[in-house]
Amino acid sequence: MNPSLFSPEGLAGVIFLILIGVTMIGAIIATCTKRLIRSVSGLAVCFVGVAGLYYFLNSPFVAMMELLIYVGAVCVTIAFAIMLAEPDEAKLARKMSGLSGGLAAVCGGAVSFALGYAAVNGQWMAPATQVNDGSLKMIGASLLTKYSMVFELISIVLLAAIIGSVALARAGRRGN
Amino acid sequence: MNELIRLLSYMICIAAFLGLNLAYLGWVERKGAGHIQRRTGPKDVGPYGLLQPLADGLKLMSKQLIVPANADRPLYMCAPILTMVPAVLLFVAIPFGEHLVPREFNFGLLMMFAFASVGGMSILIGGWGSGNKYSLIAGARAVSQNVAYEIPMLITAITIVMITGSMDLNEIVRQQGGFFWNWNVFRLDKSILMPVSFLVFFICSLAETNRTPFDMGECEGELVAGYHTEYGGMGFGLFMMAEYANLVIGCSLTTVLFLGGWQCPFGLFPGPHWFLLKMYFLIWCFVWIRWTYPRTTFWGLLNLSWKYLIPFSLVNLLLTALFIKVF
Repeated sequence: MNPSLFSPEGLAGVIFLILIGVTMIGAIIATCTKRLIRSVSGLAVCFVGVAGLYYFLNSPFVAMMELLIYVGAVCVTIAFAIMLAEPDEAKLARKMSGLSGGLAAVCGGAVSFALGYAAVNGQWMAPATQVNDGSLKMIGASLLTKYSMVFELISIVLLAAIIGSVALARAGRRGN
Repeated sequence: MNELIRLLSYMICIAAFLGLNLAYLGWVERKGAGHIQRRTGPKDVGPYGLLQPLADGLKLMSKQLIVPANADRPLYMCAPILTMVPAVLLFVAIPFGEHLVPREFNFGLLMMFAFASVGGMSILIGGWGSGNKYSLIAGARAVSQNVAYEIPMLITAITIVMITGSMDLNEIVRQQGGFFWNWNVFRLDKSILMPVSFLVFFICSLAETNRTPFDMGECEGELVAGYHTEYGGMGFGLFMMAEYANLVIGCSLTTVLFLGGWQCPFGLFPGPHWFLLKMYFLIWCFVWIRWTYPRTTFWGLLNLSWKYLIPFSLVNLLLTALFIKVF
């Protein structure tokens, strides 16, 4: 049952592992560095890994969107915000009290135990077969028929965000 | 096995094409600048200064790599490589001819924009990683400009997708066959504003590739040399080469979307030569504009995008939808 390394399945497995590795390394960089800009870079690496996973799972459209929106827009916006608001170096260097470290360990342990328990004991669904060809046409059609409610709700959320940011910006200008 | 050989030969050809372009576009730019300003441009190294790019390359490669004391070392080292990678990667989807395309993607157009948007991140990282306030200001400027001009560019590209019904770059070119009035730039029956939207796309690609009049990222008058102030040797060389690679990509994309790619204007002998001819003409226009117009101010640049180009491209989008629905 174990496929050899150089069969198509084996190579696919290696690629999958590499993509997982890229995602994990990005996530670890994002959480473990003290400098905010490095965290954002780590986040970008993590998103690239996730995009690769989507591509691996035969949905190139989602992969490209992941790159375009998350790396190209979200990460850039976060980095931009960091540059505009100079982070307080002294505050970053402040030592955490021992209590918060213990609390973090307990919370992390609980979460990982729960996830591990669920993963080991849960009923796994059969591997998903390909629903459709993943083409742009199918995605567009299902967005406007089956998932139209979600689609509209998301656009309302975005509209609210835009209006909110405009309101905030105007208030700030008047305050000066 | 055939597929493997095909891919390998395409990789070699793209690398050669890219290397040649990156080296000699610099020469073209310097020659063009010289003649526009009534100078001769490079002339000493080789006939007509043709060996100048090689000399420049040797000089850049033989320089010591210095990391400034203030710099964020890993980010500083990563940034030049990161600017180069997406630029090179994008050549995979460009249709040079009907059968001369390394890989035909269903999502070619989307892929172009996806990887091009990664380039902004590398400029930010380079600007921040240098640990120099001028680089930082320049990086922030370059990125706010990239973000601002990406929006009208995307919306204009969406109108093209609505007209052709495909994101496959080769398919978009195929639909512009026959005479030149079938090119998207002249498709007045699809949207009456088509030539103007070509202009919008062209302006946006000027801004996206950080070229004068929009080179806020490296205005040497106020910010020394912008986000690559602290880079010497090949680090600087990579930033320069990425700029030219982005130039080639931007012009190729404009050619494919609006000027009929590899199609001949008169329906005769379509092929890669037409693609290259149109692309190099656009590149020459970029050089021409760079040495003709002065730099704009930063607020003027952002105002142009947010107050004129974005509303215009939105109106154009609605108009195109209307035209497609009505006719």
